[in-house]
Amino acid sequence: MHHFATTGINQRNSRTQELFRLLFMMMTVLLVLPVLIIMVTLIYKGGAIVTLDFLLSNPLDGMTAGGIFPALFGTIGLVTVALLVSVPIGVAAAIYLSEYASDTWLTRLINLAIINLAGVPSIVHALFGVGAFVIFFRFGTSILAASCTLAVMTLPVVIVATRESLQSVPMAFREACWNMGATRWQTIRRIVLPNAISGILTGVILEVSRTAGETAPIMFTGAVFFTPFLPQSVFDQTMALSLHLFVLSTQVPGVSEALPYGVALVLISIVLLMNSASIGFRMYLRGQKKW
Amino acid sequence: MSSDFAIAATNVNFWYGSFQALFDVNLKIRRGKVTSMIGPSGCGKSTFLRSVNRINERIDNIRIQGSIHVLDKNILDPDVELVQVRKHIGMVFQRPNPLPISIRENILFGYKIHMSTRASKRQQDDIVEQALQQVLLWDQVKDRLHHKATGLSLEEQQKLCIARLLPIKPSVLLMDEPCSALDPKGTEAVEELIWELHNTFTILIVTHNMAQARRASEECIFMLMGKVMEHTPTQEMFVTPKKQETADYIEGKYG
Repeated sequence: MHHFATTGINQRNSRTQELFRLLFMMMTVLLVLPVLIIMVTLIYKGGAIVTLDFLLSNPLDGMTAGGIFPALFGTIGLVTVALLVSVPIGVAAAIYLSEYASDTWLTRLINLAIINLAGVPSIVHALFGVGAFVIFFRFGTSILAASCTLAVMTLPVVIVATRESLQSVPMAFREACWNMGATRWQTIRRIVLPNAISGILTGVILEVSRTAGETAPIMFTGAVFFTPFLPQSVFDQTMALSLHLFVLSTQVPGVSEALPYGVALVLISIVLLMNSASIGFRMYLRGQKKW
Repeated sequence: MSSDFAIAATNVNFWYGSFQALFDVNLKIRRGKVTSMIGPSGCGKSTFLRSVNRINERIDNIRIQGSIHVLDKNILDPDVELVQVRKHIGMVFQRPNPLPISIRENILFGYKIHMSTRASKRQQDDIVEQALQQVLLWDQVKDRLHHKATGLSLEEQQKLCIARLLPIKPSVLLMDEPCSALDPKGTEAVEELIWELHNTFTILIVTHNMAQARRASEECIFMLMGKVMEHTPTQEMFVTPKKQETADYIEGKYG
């Protein structure tokens, strides 16, 4: 018998350890399972219908056949305009909060407001959008109103992502600049922003993927069930993929089973593509960084 | 105010909140000399150094009384432009803090901030070469000026941090333990550099390393508990200290 032989306590401990390892692993697998099931089902049931022609042609026969081009176009338009609204505001606000504002009750209140804004249900955003953009600002039900609503909803994501990436730039760099007499703005423009841009872009791309899938905020503010025309300006209404899917699944009788699955597949592909791009981009930029 | 002195502090008292860090500090730092400040941790030497270019003011809740004349102007006066203070009084830190841009851009950073006219490519090349020559770094880095400065060795980084102050022609260089992050070889190289620069600039250097103070400075200030105990030529302080506390500290009785 030597000093290093396994004892009963060791055996019991390693059994417990193995039990917990398995438990945690199972939970992890469970987490991946829904995503896998969704993807497999969508590809299995809708994969065949998604062709270039499907993406680029109009719906036919009361939306029971044909393609999804107006909805695809509308989603891209809504997301683009939403970005144009939310990114400048969000990034500017984050720069102010991270680089200029000192820690006072006011900035704490603003931070609290941002967190709460992120927690507001999307249907409430939708009704806010109707009141604020459709009626008060007289945008009417339009791409502009819908995009503004989406922008308000996704602002917290942009602000938080931007602020986090700004704060990940070491304080020593700012101090080095200030101590040479650089102003805050010179410091931000020359040193902080170039080093934070990867994180900011990642936040923006994540915002895109979230915006693309939203339904409630756009259905009262600018998206319509069906229109044979593409929007001519931001003051027109438009179809959108997410609403189209909702309509096909609940409102239109006699839709072939493959059609909604195909729409869902396109929608989820856009989101996954954007997310992967964001991850890849972040990895690329991180490789470039040297500190 | 005699212009023999680059820095003249008169009755400087300094508080962090209710804690007083400096007590009636009166100091005159000679122009074109290397003056070192020694003393145990918390004696106020760094606080004084950081008051000279007013970077202490970034901390909330500080209070300062008295006057600090630099180049015959009290930098605590309300009509003093901070950007100009930072331009004329350069600072080097304990940890080298090059910016995450190229070596070349690091050198040109301060220059671009402070000069109203844009220098031509040629002028910029000259500025970069001259600054790097002056800190004895040119030969090592001349072929990789476009590499990130953060990839240099610590010694090279610290030299670069000194070099990037030179194009804006400061009069005073403040150094806060500039060698404490470096290995002995790096320390020696940076000390040599400080010695090279001392005729052109007034250098005030805070150090924990008494051998360094002895080797690399002409005058020495010993501080204890926020007060100046002794200010003499360096050799004198280390050979015949006037006060018992100075002698004790030099002999390593406390630190």
